[in-house]
Amino acid sequence: MELVWQGIKHACWLLFTGDAEVLGITLFSLQVSGAATGLSLVVGIPLGILLAMKRFPGHGLAVSLINTGMGLPPVVVGLFVTIFLWRSGPLGYMELLYTPTAMIIAQVVIAFPIVAGLTMAAFQSLNPNLSLQLLGIGASTPQLLWLLCKEARLPLLAAIMAGFGGVISEVGASMMVGGNIRGQTRVLTTATVLETGKGNFEIAIALGLILLVLTFAVNLLLTHIQQREQIRWPKPS
Amino acid sequence: MAEALLTLRDILVRYGPSTILEFSSLAIHAGENLAVIGPNGAGKSTLLRLMGQLQQPTQGKIYFHDSEVIPSDALAIRRRMASVFQEPLLLNASVYDNAALGLRLRGLDRRSIERRVQPWLERLGIGHLMRRRARSLSGGEAQRASLARALALDPEMLFLDEPFSPLDPPTREGLLLDLERILRETGITAVLVTHDRDEAFMFGDRIAVLIGGKLLQTGSTTEVFTHPENLEVAHFVGFDTRIPGIVESASDESAQVRVNGGCAQVVGNFQAGEQLFLCLRPEDITVSLPGAEAAKSSACNRLHGKALKVTPWGAHYRVALSCGENRLVAFITRPSFLELKIAERDEVVASFNASAVHVIKRK
Repeated sequence: MELVWQGIKHACWLLFTGDAEVLGITLFSLQVSGAATGLSLVVGIPLGILLAMKRFPGHGLAVSLINTGMGLPPVVVGLFVTIFLWRSGPLGYMELLYTPTAMIIAQVVIAFPIVAGLTMAAFQSLNPNLSLQLLGIGASTPQLLWLLCKEARLPLLAAIMAGFGGVISEVGASMMVGGNIRGQTRVLTTATVLETGKGNFEIAIALGLILLVLTFAVNLLLTHIQQREQIRWPKPS
Repeated sequence: MAEALLTLRDILVRYGPSTILEFSSLAIHAGENLAVIGPNGAGKSTLLRLMGQLQQPTQGKIYFHDSEVIPSDALAIRRRMASVFQEPLLLNASVYDNAALGLRLRGLDRRSIERRVQPWLERLGIGHLMRRRARSLSGGEAQRASLARALALDPEMLFLDEPFSPLDPPTREGLLLDLERILRETGITAVLVTHDRDEAFMFGDRIAVLIGGKLLQTGSTTEVFTHPENLEVAHFVGFDTRIPGIVESASDESAQVRVNGGCAQVVGNFQAGEQLFLCLRPEDITVSLPGAEAAKSSACNRLHGKALKVTPWGAHYRVALSCGENRLVAFITRPSFLELKIAERDEVVASFNASAVHVIKRK
């Protein structure tokens, strides 16, 4: 028990004094996972909308692939991204392995099926006649898509939350394609694994706490927006 | 005849192997109210989507103001029209924002939007609900908001896809009357799709009957309701009794028709040997008991049979009869029901006037 207390006390001291290394790792994690989430939205939202609104040959297969992708183990993603970026692999000439770019690529592969799948569900939950109605009062196609996104904003927020939550907390892929290089590709999760392995529990706890606070803060923000948007039922008359 | 605002020619709509719509021509004239009636699954909503440029036909051409609509013009033309659907389909926003949406999509400034939206909300009786969330409205109020959203666009054409069917009868009637008055005053050309005969009758200057994807008859409201051209239309517009018969003898203005179980006198110019259907509305058939005075008087237009089923029907009782091979449906008033005391399987006589019979020639 003493170990835990000591760990938490030291962790708090590290956090409040703004330890440069801890701060650096935190900012880097936010950058990598933020960029990966952003790119996942760019790919996943249009893909989700397409799957929800259009029927085409291979639609069923695409939907099952996305659904499978939503539960992809990060280690498997890490494995395949590593193979692709390996010096003798198909994309080896780009020399991306063990760089932040490689980590972003791996995290996009993890996050975009989550975003696409939840976007698809969000759009499918809209009344199918709503599109016709909006076109029927003069919406152009871009206006229609914008209005539908606005109408589905709550489940879309959930998609963003789930995407970010998935990548900020994964460790397998970042470790494999990033290599956990100090000052270059070390993120909160890989650093926590390393410090725990070395027995530096106070640093590990500090990193773990930051990770918790980060995910909590992001979710708090999004939940706040979500709750504000919730339907206010009229008072019974 | 006024200018044809919208014309549909040689239309064919198919979904996979099934044909949803197929007809050669339908024109909507400026300023008129056209009601399209037909049973569920007749293709009414598809027809309305074609008119509103919300769907392309598999084959066929659509003309707006005499020029053919091409896909690149569809948005511009759609913005001169407005559609209202069975469900109000409001966005999760305030009533005002919903009503203003169409104008915002057209890029109008805030002032002009307010000038155009507010009067419609007032006019439709929901001005006081302007700031409320759309989702807190009742069905009738929501449909009024949906109408305000469409009318604020000042459309040349308004398309209404059964907008009143989910509403309760008093709400529906109130809204229908309001809308009818608004359309008369603004001169907006409107097309209403409905399966409700009474709604169509109240709304339309003209009626098109769509059954099984085919336009079976188009004409003035009175014409369609009193002179249906074929059995399907007759059935749909309320001729519940349709008796087959053969002309036995004919004079210039009337004919004697032999039907199963009796004979009938009908008005019109027919030839002996012609095969006909005699169509009757339930309110034009009188039911009496076999021994009654009226039942004895004349032999024609009088069929003996049995009551099959007696059901209360609004202010009347609906009596289904079997007379030989024919099935008849008659309405009797409550006092006559109490007087006659008709029960199922009772012997009865059904009689009707020659002038009440609408004759359709058998092809």
